[in-house]
Amino acid sequence: MAINTDKNSYTVLFATGMVIIVGALLAFMASSFKEKITENKRIEKQQNILYAMGVNENDETSVEFVSKSVVGKEFTKYIVKQYVITGNDVVEDANAYLIDIKKEEAAAKDSNYTRRLPLFVGEKDNVTFYIIPVRGKGLWDAVWGYVAIDTQLVIQGVYFDHAGETPGLGSNIKERFFMDDFKGEHFMDGDTFKGVAVAKGNADPKNNRKTDFAVDAIAGATITGDGISAMLKKDLQLYVPYLKTLKQ
Amino acid sequence: MGLLSKKDAKLITDPLADNNPITIQVLGICSALAITADLKASIVMSVAVLFVLGLGNVVISLMRNIIPSKIRIIVQLIVVATLVIIVDIVLKAFAYELSKTLSVFVGLIITNCIIMGRFEAFALANGPWKSFLDGIGNSLGYGVILVIVGFFRELLGSGTLLGIKVLGDPIEKTGVYAYGYENNGFMLLAPMALITLGIIIWVQRARNTSLIEH
Repeated sequence: MAINTDKNSYTVLFATGMVIIVGALLAFMASSFKEKITENKRIEKQQNILYAMGVNENDETSVEFVSKSVVGKEFTKYIVKQYVITGNDVVEDANAYLIDIKKEEAAAKDSNYTRRLPLFVGEKDNVTFYIIPVRGKGLWDAVWGYVAIDTQLVIQGVYFDHAGETPGLGSNIKERFFMDDFKGEHFMDGDTFKGVAVAKGNADPKNNRKTDFAVDAIAGATITGDGISAMLKKDLQLYVPYLKTLKQ
Repeated sequence: MGLLSKKDAKLITDPLADNNPITIQVLGICSALAITADLKASIVMSVAVLFVLGLGNVVISLMRNIIPSKIRIIVQLIVVATLVIIVDIVLKAFAYELSKTLSVFVGLIITNCIIMGRFEAFALANGPWKSFLDGIGNSLGYGVILVIVGFFRELLGSGTLLGIKVLGDPIEKTGVYAYGYENNGFMLLAPMALITLGIIIWVQRARNTSLIEH
């Protein structure tokens, strides 16, 4: 081919053409799959919430959600109530789980806005769980999760996920050995909110001390761990006024 | 190899050892250090790079006569980013669970110097078939090193392989831990990846002295 590819006019033309083609292609792909992707995310949310309260298909070391085909049914079976807490108002809302935590957090920066806090009530084998969504920052990107607590405000299960933590290090927050450590951990010291810290030098690998407000950190993932501590502190605290009314 | 001519076969076998992208060309070091803390991540990353580099090399090779040389790096970057994002979107729609595993690798793939390096050094000057073979060969060479480094880091750092406790349980003190063995947490950090890589380079050059640059 005898195109003079060094000419400025050609370069500009090529760049323009390429941007238009690639832009159109990506926009087309993204919009044509949008519905499917949103649906997948909705299903994932249900799976995550159920996972936190112990409805999952885990074997000894794996993380297995209830399967996609039954998750809708399981969700209505186990999640008996969903609340939206706005200031002192507590309203039931069957679609509370669709509330976008990220948007609520951003909107709450405006002091005139009262943040809507979703809370899910689960029931399994006659035990009641309150499941709280949390969201924060890891090392590279967002981290989020769900914390299931019982009526005594003791953590009974968690699920964590992340958008882009380092594979093999920070990404281990969604592994069993890390998540299972939170089971039985306290985050309230009497009436005082303490949170749960992901602590280095905790020297409690089996997590026998449930009231030290700390779990063992992951080696090589300090900042991700700090992000989890900060996230739990920030978001669990929002629910404390409401949770205290449960305990009475 | 009946399917490939001798020259073509060399495109695949050379990068596995004597022209390895990591140990000889010193490309793709960043990802080799970042994600080799366990074996599974190393394997996933290798497969992802295999796919992107094989396909990307073909696309760039097909476009090689029309790419303006002044903006070729940007064009290469756009091609690889587009490929990766398309794969990501399709996986999110049809294989959501798989996409969750792979999504953390997306950024690492786009910025992987091996991909840019092979586009620039090979695909821009060769036909699509040769470029495809070169892409496959180089990503295999990359994968081999990643798997070796991942193997030692996971074994010595966590005492596991692919998440299976091969050395016993460090908390319950079974297996080798019963004799006072401890996991070396330092293996999980990036400096030890660099040292492991250094040892591989040392072994390779000690065995084949023609690789030593003077």
